[in-house]
Amino acid sequence: MLVFVARRLVVSFFIVLASTALMYVLVALSGNPLQRLLEYNGPGRAERIAARTRALNLDVPVPGRYVLWLQDVGRCIVPGGDDCTMGLDAQSRPVLPQLQSAIGSTLRLVIAATVLALLLGVITGIVTALRQYSTFDYGVTLIAFLCFSLPLFWVSTLLKQYVAIDLNSWLANPEMTYAALLGVALIAGLIWAVVIGGERRTRLIVFGVSAVATFTTLFVLLTTNWFRRPTMGLLGILLIGLVMAFLWAALFAGLRPRTRRVLYSALAAAAAGTVVVALAGPLMRSMTWWSFIAVSLVIIGVGVAAGLVGGGHVKRLAAQIGGLVGVTVVVLMAIDQMLGAYPYVYRRTGGRPIPTTGSETPNLDGNFWQTNLDLALHLLLPTLAIMLISFASYTRYTRASMLDVLNQDYVRTARAKGLNERTVIVRHSFRNALIPLATLVAFDFAGVLGGAVVTETVFGWSGMGLMFQRGLTNVDPNPVMAFFLVTAVATVVFNMIADIAYAYLDPRIRLS
Amino acid sequence: MTDQRPSSEGHERIEAQMERLVATDTDVLEVEPAATAIPVAARSSARTIVNRFVRHRAAMGGLVALVLIVLLVFSSIGIGPIPGWWPLDYRVPQAILNGGKPTLQLWPFSLGAHPFGQDNIGRDYFALVMAGAQQSIIIAFLVGVIGSAIGTVIGALAGYFRGWTESVLMRITDVIITIPLVAIAAVVAKGANGRGGVWLLGLFLGFVTWTGLARIVRGEFLSLREKEFVDAARSVGVPSGRIIFRHILPNTIGVIIVSATLAMSSAILLESALSFLGFGVQPPNTSLGQLINNYRSAMGPRPWLFWWPGLFIVAIALAVNFIGDGLRDAFDPRQNRQKA
Repeated sequence: MLVFVARRLVVSFFIVLASTALMYVLVALSGNPLQRLLEYNGPGRAERIAARTRALNLDVPVPGRYVLWLQDVGRCIVPGGDDCTMGLDAQSRPVLPQLQSAIGSTLRLVIAATVLALLLGVITGIVTALRQYSTFDYGVTLIAFLCFSLPLFWVSTLLKQYVAIDLNSWLANPEMTYAALLGVALIAGLIWAVVIGGERRTRLIVFGVSAVATFTTLFVLLTTNWFRRPTMGLLGILLIGLVMAFLWAALFAGLRPRTRRVLYSALAAAAAGTVVVALAGPLMRSMTWWSFIAVSLVIIGVGVAAGLVGGGHVKRLAAQIGGLVGVTVVVLMAIDQMLGAYPYVYRRTGGRPIPTTGSETPNLDGNFWQTNLDLALHLLLPTLAIMLISFASYTRYTRASMLDVLNQDYVRTARAKGLNERTVIVRHSFRNALIPLATLVAFDFAGVLGGAVVTETVFGWSGMGLMFQRGLTNVDPNPVMAFFLVTAVATVVFNMIADIAYAYLDPRIRLS
Repeated sequence: MTDQRPSSEGHERIEAQMERLVATDTDVLEVEPAATAIPVAARSSARTIVNRFVRHRAAMGGLVALVLIVLLVFSSIGIGPIPGWWPLDYRVPQAILNGGKPTLQLWPFSLGAHPFGQDNIGRDYFALVMAGAQQSIIIAFLVGVIGSAIGTVIGALAGYFRGWTESVLMRITDVIITIPLVAIAAVVAKGANGRGGVWLLGLFLGFVTWTGLARIVRGEFLSLREKEFVDAARSVGVPSGRIIFRHILPNTIGVIIVSATLAMSSAILLESALSFLGFGVQPPNTSLGQLINNYRSAMGPRPWLFWWPGLFIVAIALAVNFIGDGLRDAFDPRQNRQKA
């Protein structure tokens, strides 16, 4: 393992070196960096040209400039060097501070989009594989093809123009007519009926139940003015936590008498987690990242402990599920607190909570939850836009690889020896279907970063995309190279993680 | 080595026999007749592929849609000096009628004076969109063809020769893969725009979009080169170039065609993204992406300026994607036989 990582690091180093060299030369040759100044006819033309020539080292040939850039980057790696600038841009400002302020928002966007697209894509892909040739399968296939064919910036602009404005207007005055309410309920019912499928009777029942449930929920939320002052409360955390605990246990352990203890310990984990949330109440207002991590670890730890204590002979499985329940409770706690922060953010954004420009509200001056809610709301639309494309490819790949696995002989054997369908799918098929996906995620990461360049431009984020675009327009290589350095390193690291994940998921593969 | 090789004539004869053997070898995907001039068995396989494609409803729908779009785009405003049936020039502003709103009516069908409306200075938007679509289609086609050709050759050489050739070529591929496609494409497109027009842009973009196919073709070659028919060809002294291009390559044609098709649809999207970032097609040339970008600020008062080029991009990309899917199923029917 260590040998593998070391060898990969060496190879990766040379790959990054080669790709930066290639990009440096291409960027430097992509245009004339003095174009604007040559067209400029005002006073001090010669001095400006001379200054620009000095700033960009234009009197040195391109390969020499690349070596100079490498030296600037090298100073950042050498310990103790405090003249780390990553080179100067055309205005003789160091690139590093610009990169530091840009990288955060871009990585937030990319990671949020990748994680969400992966979760949704894998779930949808598995459901479509299990319901092959059903209405749902055809619907998702059509949507995936549509997503593949959408120009990213076109979708982003549409989202910005229609979704953001309409949603903001609705949130300012959250009311629905009975007809609209009924319409939403019927659509929700239809979607669930198509997703769950089955015989006509089942479909009708699912349709009725989910339509009524949607209608009631929305009605209650609207009449209690929930959309203006959203809240969940401890009771909400407890109830949703218990339901999720039941679902996780049913999915990963089954509800047979043999694994009944897993269910009980999962429910206990949800209850205990809620108690910890209640106890941590006084901490919430002055929360920082450190105390958030500490509270989260305690909740997850309590969940694992509940599994270990109550798990009986299936201790290991119960502990894993307890940990999962703990994570669920942490997420619920964060959502609850952010919902509580909503009225503040709503006021500070002047009643337009879904922003269309920028990556954060300037001078928000809120506490931990308010700041994070603000960041999340800013992420909403750009993430949605980037997600569409990755979501489509994850769905297709998961479906294909799941179908491939389901047709394997060992799955037939598993069914033949009488294992129930849940075990066959969750334990025998799902894990193996994930293997090819590991490579795809790493491969897709570079694509998502490229998508971020486009989306950031549409939504006016001052992230790495803007840095890249502005640098390339002015033929100013150092900011562009900072972008490439980050993407190249990220891609290489992700590829390595994918290979390690590969070996973890497929024991036949040895890292050597 | 050279003196042990059979005479050219004998060599041809042995090779023809070899290929007849290949044609009956059910292990291998059989070959298109035009490529290798194989008798009976292969021709029927080509026909099977065509039949499978024709039966694929979505793919045929995509093909019909694409043909209609291409006909519309190229016949309406004509190609270069040849005039089309649409009378208005996309460069000349007209008097603005009715705020420049689209006059297209679906029922009863009538085009009206300006079916897609007019832009803010009164140019006919139908003609503009047609001109933009022409450029976009040309670029997509060029990128698809050039990218696939380079990818095929590099993948074939790497997979066939192994050893240091493979290491070098695959490391080059790895290097290019670490760079986001939009970013590297933006850089080369900026370089192309400083030097020439749309054709050069297509050419340059082709130089950076071959990496995926190179990996796929290499994979195919790695398995095919171990097959008996390649061993046999090598043992009777067929030169490497001929083995690669006449013996192995026809067996990978399915993968290549599918990938080239899909490359064209992503090239349309790539071109539009680049135009949006300001590195794509430059004025006075126009393209669908450039049109959207030009009129992005006019979205509020004149939404049709934003909608029409976008719809054309989506329609073309969707049609090509469906065709690609149909081709994949036609060449590799294994996926279809699966029943969960």
